[in-house]
Amino acid sequence: MPDATHTSAEQAAQPVTVKPLVEIQGVHKFFGDHHVLKGIDMTVKPGEVSVIIGPSGSGKSTLLRCINLLETLSAGRIYVHNDLIGYREVNGKLHDLNTKQIATQRREIGMVFQRFNLFPHKTALQNVIEAPTQVKRQSKAAAKLKALELLEMVGLSDRANFYPSQLSGGQQQRVAIARALAMEPELMLFDEPTSALDPELVGDVLEVMKNLAKSGMTMIVVTHEIGFAREVGDTLTFMDGGVVVESGNPREIIANPQHHRTKEFLSRVL
Amino acid sequence: MELIDAIPVRHPWRWVGAAVILLVVILAIQSMTTNPKFYWGTFRTYVFDVLVIQGVGWTLVLTVSSMVIAIVLAILLAFMRQSDNPLFRYVSWVWVWFFRGTPVYTQLLFWGSVGVLYPKIILGVPFGPELLSWDTATVINATVAAIVGLGLNESAYLAEIFRAGLKSVDNGQMEAAEALGMRRSKVMWRIILPQAMRVIIPPTGNETIGMLKTTSLVLAVPFTLDLTFVTNALASRTFLPIPLLMVAAFWYLVITSVLMVGQYYVERHFGKGVDNVMKAPVKVPPPAAADPIMLPRGNNLA
Repeated sequence: MPDATHTSAEQAAQPVTVKPLVEIQGVHKFFGDHHVLKGIDMTVKPGEVSVIIGPSGSGKSTLLRCINLLETLSAGRIYVHNDLIGYREVNGKLHDLNTKQIATQRREIGMVFQRFNLFPHKTALQNVIEAPTQVKRQSKAAAKLKALELLEMVGLSDRANFYPSQLSGGQQQRVAIARALAMEPELMLFDEPTSALDPELVGDVLEVMKNLAKSGMTMIVVTHEIGFAREVGDTLTFMDGGVVVESGNPREIIANPQHHRTKEFLSRVL
Repeated sequence: MELIDAIPVRHPWRWVGAAVILLVVILAIQSMTTNPKFYWGTFRTYVFDVLVIQGVGWTLVLTVSSMVIAIVLAILLAFMRQSDNPLFRYVSWVWVWFFRGTPVYTQLLFWGSVGVLYPKIILGVPFGPELLSWDTATVINATVAAIVGLGLNESAYLAEIFRAGLKSVDNGQMEAAEALGMRRSKVMWRIILPQAMRVIIPPTGNETIGMLKTTSLVLAVPFTLDLTFVTNALASRTFLPIPLLMVAAFWYLVITSVLMVGQYYVERHFGKGVDNVMKAPVKVPPPAAADPIMLPRGNNLA
């Protein structure tokens, strides 16, 4: 990882522990009068799989969307790889980044959506090579080679020339994961990646995510799959009503939740 | 296994309806062929007349070039309308308001008389020296005036059609593309517009066919080589308006039919991946494994 030079104060503050890849500090989000996020603090270390669970409306998806600027923050800071997301801070004053700078930040962050959002007019392969060829200006041949590798990894090399409408939901989601990975991000965000899938298709997608986690990818996963959290997660965060209620080792929290709201939620989903 | 061989429901009224329609068609053909006032001989004389064929050519030139201008402007206007830049949004809105809000005939009259308003087009410093100048009449001749007039007017209508098309694309597409780090202009051009085209093509085909007929208004410029003007002129010369109206109608119908065939192929192109997709590969991948779909995934990963 390249060394960030402009936050030497922080480096000095945490000399021993691994520097976090994602730092979320006091994040608030309002939609009009609706206070969705009420001061979220969270860190994710490189290679960590951070799972966020919580009832719908708890703000977990909003938090995820704030990390790659699909939503703008109302207050607080988010740093990814020591880069302040969305702004430039000069003498304590924030300046909006322009669209080009925002696009550059997003390239480091892959996102997988609940509803896949594959480009329906492009085949699986064309979906995967779109960003590398258009954004990173890779040659089509090189991008194709890499894309076929990624499709192989998600078990879909035989589906390269299929359009999304010819694929099952689970297959579409795996193509979407390959598409995000094609940009070689250092962080992957998953926004309820299996919630729109038929139950028998969930396993394939989780399997791909598990392998991705094993390969050392840093992941933030918003999900209702408690089994995935227990098996793959390094940390589990339970959110409710726009705040982090409880956070820690997934196996401990699931086995022995400390907060009654966590207990209540887990009893309903398990 | 016994295949079902059911007796279908009878539809006797369909046969009655078909008989009635057939009768009407026969009567219409009979009246048109036997009524001497249609002057089919004159129709045959003029339908492939050089002047008429040239008129068809000019009508096509006017239709195609004004539509090209209109489509280019409409894409620009629709993008501007969706832009973050308030100036773009405002300019686009005013453009549509003006060109949709005034009659096309009036606009054609204006373009025809722009040479009277501004005899010379001058490039120079305001209140300073002239750098270049042209005679307006040579730059904006009747053809240019007709094409520009029709194109600018049409761009306002098409801009709304394009805007509707862009709006019809799911917001998730923009989010997915932006999350990949694509710039907004690139997202619009490569992701949103191609999908919007499915919705945009049918009404644009409609507008194109409408434009074909609207070209007959270019006599306001005045432009005097298009199909309607030529056939009208021939009608006044021969004192036989009906057969020459038939000549014009025949050619408009022919061009419309050709345009409809073109539209079919354009629709098919932009419908790829969405309309009429088979549950089969587009291009059959090399037959590597017998049944690779069912192979367990992740085995080769670990």
